[in-house]
Amino acid sequence: MARKRFIIPGVDKKLLVRDAAKVMPDLTRRRFITGGASLGALTLLTGCDVVDSSSAEEMLKKVSKFNDAVQGWMFNPNALAPTFPESAITKPFPFNAYYDIDEAPEVDGKAWKLEVRGLVDNKKSWTLDELYALPQVKQVTRHICVEGWSAIGSWTGTPLRDFLKLIGADTRANYVWFQCADKDGYNSPLDMASALHPQTQMTFKFADEILPRAYGFPMKIRVPTKLGFKNPKYVLSMEVTNDYKGGFWEDQGYNSFSGS
Amino acid sequence: MSSLSVSNEQATSAAPSKVKVIQPAWVRILHWVNALAMILMIMSGWQIYNASPLFSFTFSKSITLGGWLGGALLWHFAAMWLLMVNGLIYLALGLATGRFRKKLLPITPAGVISDTKAALTGKLSHDDLTKYNYVQKLLYAGIIIVGVLIVLSGLSIWKPVQLQWLTALFGGYDAARYVHFFCMAAIVAFMVVHVALALIVPKSLRAMIIGR
Repeated sequence: MARKRFIIPGVDKKLLVRDAAKVMPDLTRRRFITGGASLGALTLLTGCDVVDSSSAEEMLKKVSKFNDAVQGWMFNPNALAPTFPESAITKPFPFNAYYDIDEAPEVDGKAWKLEVRGLVDNKKSWTLDELYALPQVKQVTRHICVEGWSAIGSWTGTPLRDFLKLIGADTRANYVWFQCADKDGYNSPLDMASALHPQTQMTFKFADEILPRAYGFPMKIRVPTKLGFKNPKYVLSMEVTNDYKGGFWEDQGYNSFSGS
Repeated sequence: MSSLSVSNEQATSAAPSKVKVIQPAWVRILHWVNALAMILMIMSGWQIYNASPLFSFTFSKSITLGGWLGGALLWHFAAMWLLMVNGLIYLALGLATGRFRKKLLPITPAGVISDTKAALTGKLSHDDLTKYNYVQKLLYAGIIIVGVLIVLSGLSIWKPVQLQWLTALFGGYDAARYVHFFCMAAIVAFMVVHVALALIVPKSLRAMIIGR
């Protein structure tokens, strides 16, 4: 269906036909009219009407879905994000959220438990000490924000795919959906292929120290193959699911796959 | 009677020595689709730039597209298909028909210098629009290369993991952002000159619309 709708991705069928009609040799008179029409169409298309209209928004949403599929197809599960020496780490590493740092969640690590839901064999909740006991690895990778800036950081934790295996998750499911403690409730879906990527990590340390509040204590999900907003902080629960449950930024229009 | 003679005239002129086509239809269509795609890409690109400016200025909201970062990204990643598909067809046809070779080559330094002088003193001839002068050749060849660079640097910003070899070619993610920006600046500068000259020599604009 997607292939039928987009003969050439992003090109409107009607416009294409109209342009193609112009290729045909025709009378001088006709040429003049169509010549004028192409200028008129340009003015129309670049005018504000199209920008504000809901039909344009629908079209853009469809292209974004198409782009999700293209990125899923481009995603190589074996391609590792480039790693850097410790000397390349950005200091200070920026705090970034849709709220000020003093509004960042203050999670009590002793009371906190990671909730596990959905298509998993073992739905037991995990205390921080239990999670800290799992084997951990360190990565120094580039965090790229949807805004364009980037920063290199050092993250240590348990590969998510090892944890998914441990809890008997159905890794044929479509998504792992995270819910977080941020104000207004942050959540984000992660496609299973990215969740199983070797560098995707349940992060407990930043720069070899227990993850500070600014960077997502007690746990963040580090996904170096995704833009920053797909790296949830202050994680409360994860759900393995086939359903697309949306996300804080995804629902507002950021491309859902947003892979690097 | 008069209509008969008109159609006769057309019939004869359409035969061997037909009206000289300055810009063939495929060039005209691809040109205007490209113009639209470029405008969408640049205006949405300015909005994206504003989210994390590389320099100490931002673009006025009145000349950006998308309303906010998320909207601008939707436009940018939609119009990119139009730009890329249209651009690839243009490159393929330009090479296959020999148009690039015939129209843009050779470019000699001496020719560029003498035509620049002629242009600045108002002595450049516009009698035959099918033949580009050396300044045109240089600018048109140059802007094609810039067009390729802006797409490649854009891809390397979009996919710095999947296309990391490409990102590395531009000197890494942060450097690729600067390349992408300066390519945009070059295209905008080209557009200003290009549009100004098309208005000064209106028959060149007419040729890009109706072919003759």
